[in-house]
Amino acid sequence: MFNYIIKRIGIAIPTLLILIVVTFYLMHAAPGGPFTSERPLPAQVLANIEAKYGLDQPVWRQMINYSWGVVTEFDFGPSYKYHDRTVNEIIAQGFPITLKYGFWSFIVAIGVGIPLGAIAAIRKNTWIDYFAVGVSIGAQVLPNFVMAPLLIIVFTLWLGWLPGGGWHGGDWEYLVMPVIALSTSYMASIARITRSSMLEVLNANYIRTARAKGLPTKTIFFRHVFKPSLLPVISYLGPAFVGLITGSVVIDMIFSTGGMGYFFVNAAFNRDYAVMMGITILVGSLTILFSLIADLLYAWVDPKIRY
Amino acid sequence: MNYLPKSLAVGFVLATFAASSVLAAGTHPVTGEALADDQTFTYSLLDEFTSVDPQIVEDVSGSDIIRDLFEGLMNQDADGNLVPGVATGFTTNDAKNVYTFTLRDNAMWSDGNQVTAHDFVYAWQRLADPATASPYSWFAEIMALENVGAVMSGELGPEALGIRALDNHTLEVRLTASLPYFAAMTTHASTFPTPQWTIRTFGNDWTKPGNIVSNGAYVLTEHIPMERTIRERNSLYWNDEATILDKVVTLVINDENVDLTRYLAGETDKGTVPSGQYLRLKEEYPNQATSFPRLCNYYMTFNLSPSGPEAFKDVRVRHALAYAIDRSVITEKILQAGQINAFTFTPGATAGFDVPAVAFGQMSQDERNAKAQELMAEAGYGPDNPLSFEYLYNTSEGHKKIAIAAQQMWKETLGANATLANQEWKTFLKTRGGQGFELARGAWCGDYNEASTFLDLLSTPSGYNDGKFSNAEVDQLMLEARTMSDASANYTRVEEILANEMPVIPIYHYAGVFMLKTNVKGWPYNNVEQNWYSRNLYKVAQ
Repeated sequence: MFNYIIKRIGIAIPTLLILIVVTFYLMHAAPGGPFTSERPLPAQVLANIEAKYGLDQPVWRQMINYSWGVVTEFDFGPSYKYHDRTVNEIIAQGFPITLKYGFWSFIVAIGVGIPLGAIAAIRKNTWIDYFAVGVSIGAQVLPNFVMAPLLIIVFTLWLGWLPGGGWHGGDWEYLVMPVIALSTSYMASIARITRSSMLEVLNANYIRTARAKGLPTKTIFFRHVFKPSLLPVISYLGPAFVGLITGSVVIDMIFSTGGMGYFFVNAAFNRDYAVMMGITILVGSLTILFSLIADLLYAWVDPKIRY
Repeated sequence: MNYLPKSLAVGFVLATFAASSVLAAGTHPVTGEALADDQTFTYSLLDEFTSVDPQIVEDVSGSDIIRDLFEGLMNQDADGNLVPGVATGFTTNDAKNVYTFTLRDNAMWSDGNQVTAHDFVYAWQRLADPATASPYSWFAEIMALENVGAVMSGELGPEALGIRALDNHTLEVRLTASLPYFAAMTTHASTFPTPQWTIRTFGNDWTKPGNIVSNGAYVLTEHIPMERTIRERNSLYWNDEATILDKVVTLVINDENVDLTRYLAGETDKGTVPSGQYLRLKEEYPNQATSFPRLCNYYMTFNLSPSGPEAFKDVRVRHALAYAIDRSVITEKILQAGQINAFTFTPGATAGFDVPAVAFGQMSQDERNAKAQELMAEAGYGPDNPLSFEYLYNTSEGHKKIAIAAQQMWKETLGANATLANQEWKTFLKTRGGQGFELARGAWCGDYNEASTFLDLLSTPSGYNDGKFSNAEVDQLMLEARTMSDASANYTRVEEILANEMPVIPIYHYAGVFMLKTNVKGWPYNNVEQNWYSRNLYKVAQ
């Protein structure tokens, strides 16, 4: 196991390096730059700015300087768009916000999704099953960019129960709507995966054997069905968790949370190279980390898997 | 020569009156209206502003905040006239290339230091200094400050710039050209003073709440990027007594529909009107939905450079395409928010600009269509030989609607085949700037309230002339206009040339639209540049 972890970390480093190189070149390949604007800057002004940010150097040198700053000083550079702030500050501000609503969405998604899928599987082809499947399909097809404004219209404009946006340090009333809007589609996916994998397990021979020897349903379910049917769910949860905690541009835009998702997309439009790189590296590292955790959980759930 | 415009003197008297009159409890000192207890004004921004550093800021919403936090030499009143700011007045020589500003002696920074002429010298030098690398340093260039080019290129040190403090309260500015409107340029955020001692202490962090020192009516007390800012009144501001709003809050709301919902839910006092919804909102909330002319135009530019299509080199084709667009359909059916049909490049709302009666603006649309068909036939295009070209715009639902309408009008009236292409904003700018287009969308908002801010765009040396139109007479007229005290005749003549040559197709002139709560008073609707100051706003009791 230990060797396996070391090996995975060994693979992670070149993966990140490739990510940095590819992203850096793709970013610079996009037409325009951070200071392209409708009012083209006079050549002298542009030259002064490019000299200040080192953009006058060849791309490979910029990349090496940038990576060096990241590795030695953990400095992700200045934002070219929000001049008063550095990328470190932007991430330090946005990531905890995204982490908080992402984490709660994750909890809600599994807290509702797994029981919903399990109940549907156990009560297959009854009204409970149809209801659960209906809810999860409904939640899946309603995109969050439709649901989020609807939530605001209902809970802010009509009922006046919740503030229409903002963050205020993540007080619960500011958290409710972002979590609902973000968690539903994940919840729906988890419910569907749980249901189908549980149905498969319920039809397995060893379950029939367990029933035949007269074990109570509860024991069968918790001891023999639950754990193995979670395998596909866990492989879904790793990337889902990263997706949730690294930000959703829709949630950030509609609820004005100030999270990282909007910064990321905005950085691409603004060609704010340093912000884009910083967030890409962060998201890349988290993706690698959580797929490793998901793989380790696999071994715990399924004793047949050994590393 | 003593130069103190009447409006400035009136403004000064009013300001003094407002400052000296004791505020009756809960009533407005001038109008006598009952004031609301809570004087907090909350408004939304569609995006986070770029900076609150006067010499760095490059966007409108950042400049709006800076006008509250800092005060420059001159301010604007509700009609856009010049009124005193830190300067009580100024004198200029006959050549209008040396300006001397007299600064008031009671202007203070929020840390208790006095605002002196040296603070302006520092700020303007900082603007031009290549070490600052300000994206707005070009403003110092158009102010024609002495040695600005050499300072910006690093050949001379910032101290060589044509600005010096004769004493603590007298500032002298030397220009390389005669600029009759120079004083008006000092209302621009880039020219506002900045505290050298604070910037030296905190470096890039000087604009953060707690560090920032400012000389305007408000101080920045909270800033959570992408979420909100709070500015509260500055008790050390020289005219604080006349300020009524205690607190101004901005909320970043990226989605215009959500912005409207939150406005209607009472979370903000000023909100956005999403595109296409003005008429409905005006009907439902007649006293809140507002539309007024703005200093911006929307046009299509022909590529007249060697890389442009041969067909567009024929002025008849350019005329035909311009005539065939029914602007009323675009303004009344598509945009529906009080936009104005445009037949000239310069908006009619621009100060000192009389919209000339260009011939095609006087015709009915049927007449224009008939003329367009005639011209097209003369140019040799018809059913057997239809004109084909590409129209390029930057990706946006709004531009797409206009492009589709125009495409249809060209097809129906002229049988011309326009293919539509769209590109993401920065890619579009790169393509248009590199003349990689045939016909492209354009829009321009004036930097200052004078026709040259638009018409310079179509002069040969302009860096923004993406269609590469070049006309010696236009160049000459625009050059002369720079030093004339009244250049309106030149501008009228340039517009006539544009109507004859048609290098661009004017489509419409913008309207500003927003929702404002009825208890918020003092909004400067008549200031076409929309330079507003929170200290002039107030909330009445309802």
